[in-house]
Amino acid sequence: MTTLQPRFNSSQASQRLDSSPSFIQTERLSLYYGALSAFEQVTLSIPVGQITAVVGPSGCGKSSFLTCLNRLTDLIPDCRISGRIWLGELDVLDSRTDTTALRRRVGMILQKPNPFPLSIWRNLAFPLREHGVRDRTQIDQIVETVLQDVGLWDEVKDRLKAPALSLSGGQQQRLCIARALALQPEALLLDEPCSALDPLSSGIVEDLIASLRWRYTLLIVTHNLAQARRIADNVALFWIEQNSGRLIEYGSVQQIFEAPENSLTAAYVNGARG
Amino acid sequence: MARRLLRHPLLTFQPAIGLNVLPSLLVWSVALLVTAVFAWILSNIVWRGIGQISWEFLTMPPQDAGREGGIGPILVSTGLILGVCLGVSLPLGLGTAIFLAEFTTAERGFGRLVRRSLDVLSGVPSIVFGLFGYTFFAQTLRLGFSILSGGLTLACMVLPILIRSAEEGFRAIPQDYRLGAACLGLSRTTTLWNLLLPAAVPGIVVGLVLGIGRAIAETAALIFTSGYVDRMPTSLLDSGRALSVHIFDLSMNVPGGDTPAYGSALILVILLILINGTANWIAQRISFHNGFHLH
Repeated sequence: MTTLQPRFNSSQASQRLDSSPSFIQTERLSLYYGALSAFEQVTLSIPVGQITAVVGPSGCGKSSFLTCLNRLTDLIPDCRISGRIWLGELDVLDSRTDTTALRRRVGMILQKPNPFPLSIWRNLAFPLREHGVRDRTQIDQIVETVLQDVGLWDEVKDRLKAPALSLSGGQQQRLCIARALALQPEALLLDEPCSALDPLSSGIVEDLIASLRWRYTLLIVTHNLAQARRIADNVALFWIEQNSGRLIEYGSVQQIFEAPENSLTAAYVNGARG
Repeated sequence: MARRLLRHPLLTFQPAIGLNVLPSLLVWSVALLVTAVFAWILSNIVWRGIGQISWEFLTMPPQDAGREGGIGPILVSTGLILGVCLGVSLPLGLGTAIFLAEFTTAERGFGRLVRRSLDVLSGVPSIVFGLFGYTFFAQTLRLGFSILSGGLTLACMVLPILIRSAEEGFRAIPQDYRLGAACLGLSRTTTLWNLLLPAAVPGIVVGLVLGIGRAIAETAALIFTSGYVDRMPTSLLDSGRALSVHIFDLSMNVPGGDTPAYGSALILVILLILINGTANWIAQRISFHNGFHLH
């Protein structure tokens, strides 16, 4: 296994990756569902304020990797993690880590838009209230700000009391992103956020994600290589080897698409494999 | 080309008459039979009972063993028994349903044991519940023949139905809500209280309607527990006669009691329809409010 470590060498582009401070670091991270291994030995450093795309064929453990980072794995019975995750000084996998605070710092967007069966306004206000924001004017202000951030304000400002489920799929996904942003996270984990949407909505959500760069650290799992190429700064390629997901190459988007070091990466980004 | 298309077997297929008509005739007539039986019973009750219904009938105490007078105290007793039954079974049932759906996996360990026990319990004949209620609530706990004994016995009968329906209600909620709530750092209690409980209301209402239906129609279990006394109850420890027991008594033990029995039966049916309607209306209101109607 020569490809387990992040590649901080050669190409000029990956030096930027090297020089930026990391937001989250994983060390030899492995995840098992019962006897099945989702991925093994992933060591990866996600730079602050950039968009990092995780790509690879189905079943290579990329979504599972994401769920480790905010300890969503706690909800899955029979799931076992080994290795370390560092969020700055915070040991994420330590059982004493406060998952409520962790998930507030690291938001997550799932593949299928999942607004709560409440009004648009309550979808945003309810998590805020639970996190201690009780002042009505402050809540209203945050609601407007995040809806403007996701470009939904003009579309819904006159019907904030309407059920969130009456929105279109793309609007629902943007509402979910707004809901996560309302908690002022430092990072967003996005698990194929566009794949359940029609092409038009998908494009809007993609532009939205790209616009969040620098303000947040973004980690996006995607099946769409073109999308990764368009919006990502760095790309991590997972592959299935010996019945388990592995990180086979990690580098800047230029490196992965133009000068990949691994022959599998080259075959994958050229559409020959995967 | 067009003509060839029209000759396509899918377009020109003609059902062979004898082959297709017979099964659908059979299905239709079975459905018709079931509906007809229900309509017959209902119209018979309405036909023979409607003449009895008056304000006096609803409020007066029964006289001459029920041949004369009304069903006032009986309605009150029925309401109290139902109130005790629901007051106990609803919180207990919801708690158990939440435990089963949210804290145990479907087919393993303790959850499985509880679930199987409930399934067996829901099939136990009501007379057995009646005997249990008599020995446990009336005798061991010294509650005697009372509305409390009756209500608690009914609660035992209703619980299995209520729990299993409510549990299905919770299980039917998409996992996305739980994951989404966890992703936002919401606690399990918050998620349960603010998201899952409102979303489970339709299932809970189904359980409630089935449970109330079983409770309000119950006779055997109540004869042993809440008793026969047709006086106006003054406390929950008084004996009180339920509507179903009244109907049973009028038609079996009181010669010439058929007419008031039909009147009481009509009231019982109307009550059932009212409770059903109200429960469905509430469920719809809540679902509508939450936007579930758009699914």
